[in-house]
Amino acid sequence: MSAAAKPKLGVFKFASCDGCQLSILDCEDELLAVANSVDIADFREASRAVLDGPYDLSLVEGSVTTEHDAKRIKEIRAQSKALVTIGACATSGGIQALRNFGDVEEYRRVVYAKPEYISTLATSTAIADHVKVDFELRGCPISKAQLLEAVGAFLQGRAPNLPNESVCIECKRRGNVCVLVAHGTPCLGPVTQAGCGAICPAFNRGCYGCFGPQATPNTVSLITELKTLGMDPGTVQRFFRTFNSNAPAFKAASEAAVAEAKA
Amino acid sequence: MTERTIAVDYLARVEGEGALKVRTKDGHVEDVELKIFEPPRFFEAFLRGRAYAEAPDITARICGICPVAYQMSSCHAMERALGMSVGGPIRELRRLLYCGEWIESHVLHIYLLHAPDFLGYPDAIQMAKDYPEAVEHALALKKVGNSLMTLLGGREIHPINVRVGGFYRAPTGNELKEFRPQLDAAMKFAEETVRFAADLDFPDIEEDYEFVSLRHPAEYPLNEGDLVSSRGVHVPQDHWEDVFEERQVPHSNALQSVRKGGGSYLVGPLARYALNQDRLTPRAAELARSVGLGPVVRNPYKSIIVRAVEVVYAIEEALRIIDHYTRPERPYVGPPAVARAEMGAAVTEAPRGILYHRYNLAAGGLIEEAKIVAPTSQNQKRIEDDLRHLVERSLALDDATLTDACERAIRNHDPCISCATHFLNLELVRE
Repeated sequence: MSAAAKPKLGVFKFASCDGCQLSILDCEDELLAVANSVDIADFREASRAVLDGPYDLSLVEGSVTTEHDAKRIKEIRAQSKALVTIGACATSGGIQALRNFGDVEEYRRVVYAKPEYISTLATSTAIADHVKVDFELRGCPISKAQLLEAVGAFLQGRAPNLPNESVCIECKRRGNVCVLVAHGTPCLGPVTQAGCGAICPAFNRGCYGCFGPQATPNTVSLITELKTLGMDPGTVQRFFRTFNSNAPAFKAASEAAVAEAKA
Repeated sequence: MTERTIAVDYLARVEGEGALKVRTKDGHVEDVELKIFEPPRFFEAFLRGRAYAEAPDITARICGICPVAYQMSSCHAMERALGMSVGGPIRELRRLLYCGEWIESHVLHIYLLHAPDFLGYPDAIQMAKDYPEAVEHALALKKVGNSLMTLLGGREIHPINVRVGGFYRAPTGNELKEFRPQLDAAMKFAEETVRFAADLDFPDIEEDYEFVSLRHPAEYPLNEGDLVSSRGVHVPQDHWEDVFEERQVPHSNALQSVRKGGGSYLVGPLARYALNQDRLTPRAAELARSVGLGPVVRNPYKSIIVRAVEVVYAIEEALRIIDHYTRPERPYVGPPAVARAEMGAAVTEAPRGILYHRYNLAAGGLIEEAKIVAPTSQNQKRIEDDLRHLVERSLALDDATLTDACERAIRNHDPCISCATHFLNLELVRE
């Protein structure tokens, strides 16, 4: 393939921990092969070389938390043939979306002695709340295998072949003992999208939902189960409010957890 | 009157988003501003009201490059608050997990972020065309660090197996023994890395740093030790706030730390090495000597060699831990109920320097107040001082060359900007 025929890849960062773009550099066995099949046009964490758009594929990490970033994502979309969001921040607002349930003015005063120096929006929102997104890769962080599948699929012009079932299915495949049923350990696996490989239950802990809600999550039933295990409403609310707290199904569940207690 | 401005609008090959503005007037540097525009994420605000046990997983998300550091500092701070003591094989497993993160993070910086500066490439991918063996070995070495984290932590980024008191699951002795050949193979590449780094061309520069790190009676510091400096600080590690303070500057979303009533200081590999070089393992110490490293390295560019020495150390230490490991009966020490308000603080050595956490807990165990000071916030002022000296001695350079030189000077310290905003565009104004 001639150099001119290679697709152009952009990697863009918004509010995030950098972990999902690091996942690209963590594909140690595939990195040089991937790098040889695309032109890396913009990937500041890894390279000083920057090529102008348009980009055939843009990978976007992070959430929108500033006016400047709300404009920047529109410019990136306009320059991108396909745009794939990578990770919980980009797909749901991330851990920093916890501000959406608080008072950002008060947050600013708590962290900074001179809050007036800090410019920020009151909310942290998903990229899809601002522009059209062609595919979302879930996870905090994303799975490297899912990333390679998604990039490969877009470069080949096909749809990514990735599951949207629950973590429970992965647990069964992995042969994990069900930590919820067998040990009474609180677990979000039944309502969380697969993709991680059911790591937490394999380490004797409950899933904490870092891939966000699966397609048809029965959170009502799970909330009842969690309370039966002895979790108080506030603890159940916090269980749904971590890395995907702003994903609609988890947001609603976190509110329902305490609403039922009041009723 | 000659005025000059140098601006780097977006620093590349650093983790996070930052920029630099330098203003000179009549051949003197007027201002150096390292701007961190990584948007603020308010961790210290939303940690309030969370259970103490949630802090390790939440604070890990401050940084995808050094999540284990956040997990370790938060666990140790909580354990101090709760009066818990964690020893034996659980303590060793924590060091082993940290060794994995040091290997992964240091090798990422040495080859993928830092070496391209010395060899004149925009990135490691371009460098790989002329140095295929070096980059392939680098990726293999980095992978061993990541694999160690995955073995112990479930995955390399945001490991899931760490909890206050220890781990959810302790590996079996056989699982660790089976990993040994990977570390043996990694040692060969790590030794090559020390020689590779030492053979690079270094500018003849020394800076007068106040080095700050942990120091432990017997170990090269990871999780434990007192807080010490090259200018006489020696306090228990939870006394960070007695010695240092954070300041806010208008140009940055990151708070800057300074010595109280004083100036900048340096944390990270140069500091650890200067203050703990007598605690290195024999092979790491011998390699440092063999490439001509003295007991103190003040040339910031040579931090790449010290990082490589620390990779050798981390591998030796990991091998030692594996060889002596016995699986604990329980993977964690059970935390006590939190009957009354408690406070706990701890420092551990992230790959890029000391990371301080302090938590105030209410009775019942919810967090009332959190304070987190990342290594890059602590180095930020010192990086500005390095830049000021660089620009003062390099004013004859044209803007483009000077800008490149400034970016290099920043990357010497492996800044992690996602951590610090709590980084980089360079703007040089010559007036």
